[in-house]
Amino acid sequence: MYIAPEKTRTPSGGQGASRRELIVGAALVGGSLLVGCSPADIMGAGAPKTDFGAFGPFIKIDADGAVTVMNKHQEMGQGNHAGLSAIVAEEMDADWSTVKVQHAAANAKVYANSLMGVQGTGGSTAIANSWMQLRTAGATARAMFVQAAADAWKVPAPEVTVKDGVVSHASGKSAHFGELLADAAKVTPPKSVKLKDPKDFTLIGTERVRRKDSLAKATGQARYTQDVYLPDMLTAVVAHAPRFGGKVKSFDDTAARKVPGVVDVFAIATGVAVVADGVYAARKGREALKVEWDDAKAESRSSAQMLSDYQKIARGELTPSDDKWAPFTTKGDATGQFDGTDVLHATYDFPYLAHATMEPMNCVAQVDGSKCKLTYGAQGHSLDQMAAAMVVVNLPGAIEIETLFAGGSFGRRSSWDSDYVVEAVQIAKRVGRFRPVKLVWTREDDMTAGHYRPMAHHAVAVKVGKDGYPAAWRHRVVVQSFAKASPMMASMMVKNNVDSTTVEGTAGSPYLAATPVVDAQVFTPHSPVTTLWWRSVGATHTAPVMEHTIDQLAARAKIDPVEYRRELYRRAGEAGARHLAVLNLAVEKAGWGPLEDGWTRGVAVHESFGSVVANVCEAKVIDGEPRVRKVTVAVDCGIAIAPNQIAAQMEGGTCYGLSAALFGQVTLDKGRPQQTNFDTYRVLRQNEAPQVETWIVPSAHPPSGVGEPGTPVIMASLPNALFAATGKPVSSFPLVKA
Amino acid sequence: MSIELEINGVKRQVAAEADTPLLWVLRDELHMTGTKYGCGIAQCGACTVHLDGQPVRSCQTPVGSVGAGKITTIEGLGGTHPLQASWVKHDVPQCGYCQSGQIMSAAALLAATPKPTDTDIDAAMSGNLCRCGAYQRIRAAIKDASGELAVTAKA
Repeated sequence: MYIAPEKTRTPSGGQGASRRELIVGAALVGGSLLVGCSPADIMGAGAPKTDFGAFGPFIKIDADGAVTVMNKHQEMGQGNHAGLSAIVAEEMDADWSTVKVQHAAANAKVYANSLMGVQGTGGSTAIANSWMQLRTAGATARAMFVQAAADAWKVPAPEVTVKDGVVSHASGKSAHFGELLADAAKVTPPKSVKLKDPKDFTLIGTERVRRKDSLAKATGQARYTQDVYLPDMLTAVVAHAPRFGGKVKSFDDTAARKVPGVVDVFAIATGVAVVADGVYAARKGREALKVEWDDAKAESRSSAQMLSDYQKIARGELTPSDDKWAPFTTKGDATGQFDGTDVLHATYDFPYLAHATMEPMNCVAQVDGSKCKLTYGAQGHSLDQMAAAMVVVNLPGAIEIETLFAGGSFGRRSSWDSDYVVEAVQIAKRVGRFRPVKLVWTREDDMTAGHYRPMAHHAVAVKVGKDGYPAAWRHRVVVQSFAKASPMMASMMVKNNVDSTTVEGTAGSPYLAATPVVDAQVFTPHSPVTTLWWRSVGATHTAPVMEHTIDQLAARAKIDPVEYRRELYRRAGEAGARHLAVLNLAVEKAGWGPLEDGWTRGVAVHESFGSVVANVCEAKVIDGEPRVRKVTVAVDCGIAIAPNQIAAQMEGGTCYGLSAALFGQVTLDKGRPQQTNFDTYRVLRQNEAPQVETWIVPSAHPPSGVGEPGTPVIMASLPNALFAATGKPVSSFPLVKA
Repeated sequence: MSIELEINGVKRQVAAEADTPLLWVLRDELHMTGTKYGCGIAQCGACTVHLDGQPVRSCQTPVGSVGAGKITTIEGLGGTHPLQASWVKHDVPQCGYCQSGQIMSAAALLAATPKPTDTDIDAAMSGNLCRCGAYQRIRAAIKDASGELAVTAKA
């Protein structure tokens, strides 16, 4: 969600160069290029000096020997509290039952995401970027305990063993971590340590790796931003412009200030803030507020008009001056290839989507002069520190962040403009004296504040060879680019005028690798409507486009869609090898072929964030709406650390994608979002949720992510199942029209 | 105005306008944060509490309408309810924000229907949204707590 790789992972598990190039771009953050400084140096500048203790910034050990792992990432549901702490526990041979995990502080110098260069969670990278770092931290701590025991017992270190936090020697000597703690802390950490051979893992890959937060979350004790109550704290809401790009012209706060509990009313950059002693008073104050808006630079079109413009752009009938077509995959000579009758034409329309996390955006801020503390479900720590630092005029590392659980994110809490964080800091700055201010967005604020999955239109033409397989592929994508909306993001993610997040999944597709002639281009029209990564990012539209086009080609060639894919993966060579494996596994476990009573199966395969996922779904139209009863998922995510949580992410990712495919859309009427809450923005409910069964491809490769890759595949397999039933292709989403 | 409420068996005095939703009294006045705000219009179920044993959406329950009714919140289940153990066993939560409401709806379901069918679960639980999509584990955990372990549950 944060950064999307344009290159697939190499078989050796090395990360694509594109990710590292992003780090260079990150050095531009804040508009200043500091030559010779790493992004982490810039983002960490001003950080307080911290003594992390003998075992470094990731491991703390209590006097009783219990190990606490510091999670530099955000646990927003994806289960990284479990996976990350299991990596440490495995190499340490700690007692997993007593291992605890906490969110770490914001400090880019020690907690940078090694795939981003700065501290942040996204792009399904938490496990992947921490893998070697946490294994090394765990193995180092283990070596220190072993050495301490060897010294105390006067035995050779190689003869000392560790199991479940107990250090032992064949002589019968034995001590738990707590008993050796003081001595181990004095051991000089070894410069290099031997990591375990994965075949010797006893925790990783087992069902024992379970969540550490389930009890807190089942008892209402888990702490979210909404739950922060500090002495003397104020609550703020903001009246936002009804249209994207609108500004405050004037406001009358006479009535608002008379509402009991309202403390202050003032304008900030994005609207008018109402500060009160509680949520209900703040909201009543805002209702009493009269604001006149300046919409001169606001989006005033309807989304229907915008989509119509996108379609015209794709057909070459309209060329807005704010962008130009950018080729992203080119092979051979496409001239004149798409004029004949042997060509399949397909178009696809995708609406704006809200993330609609269960906990709306919010942030607690305290400001006194240039001193600033934030308490919230931080996801983009470094970017938020930089944005806050610019408001209070300080160094980014000096902005203190206490990270809490986030009530869902799906990409939303890490926005390129730190939108709600900046609002909170601006309000707290005005309040001053370090008085805590909780900025609360209502559901309506959250849903109408944009940062949507961009609207998109694809136009595909595939010339079919005599054998029924693609001979030439023309692809036009028209989609808003959020990377281009911010110079900082553009420097990281736009190359040759291509924002990689707008085309990933079409770019890099094994189907294009298997096609001799390709002409694929993207156009990114501008709008004041803010857009953002949304769980699986570009794949949310490229996966359904590629996979549904394949099913149409297979039908045209009268070849079974599974067989058709297998042939294309073979033709794609290495680019299709992992796809073939997950496809075969999903089909084997799901069964393939006709079903009874009007149910049909659909299949899809897609790679995102280094993981490849296939699923087979069973669908039927009931009472006019598609229903999915069962989804069989196969996933290749490298070494599986927490199989139970990988399954949870496939289950949840499938529901998230299914919800969007069936119901998700934000439409604009004269620039105003028409969906404001769950009564108008329909999402998947218990009675509509399928049973998801997950199968993991055994792998010796380093782990890749699972938070996002499950999501886009159902958005493709469901249309394929419906196509199998009716022979009518799907050309627009959502499938259930409001 | 001062209002007396009985919450989890304890009488509490709160100062609030009568039209204030019970949700905001629980949270802003009493700092009982287990009950969550999700939508404010009774569409998501995150704010579900029991009023005299019945599940209600506290965001749409004016505090002045509660009277002598007995309120039970997630804190009132005490961490010992069979559903809470089942939630842990199945690792139901992801982000966890909706789970207080899910468990309160499920607890009311089991109190009225100790052995719920899938249809019963659909009827009782479809008002509680989970954006993480933990639905199948919620279903499995309810069945497990009721003694009817779902055969399809993997967790």
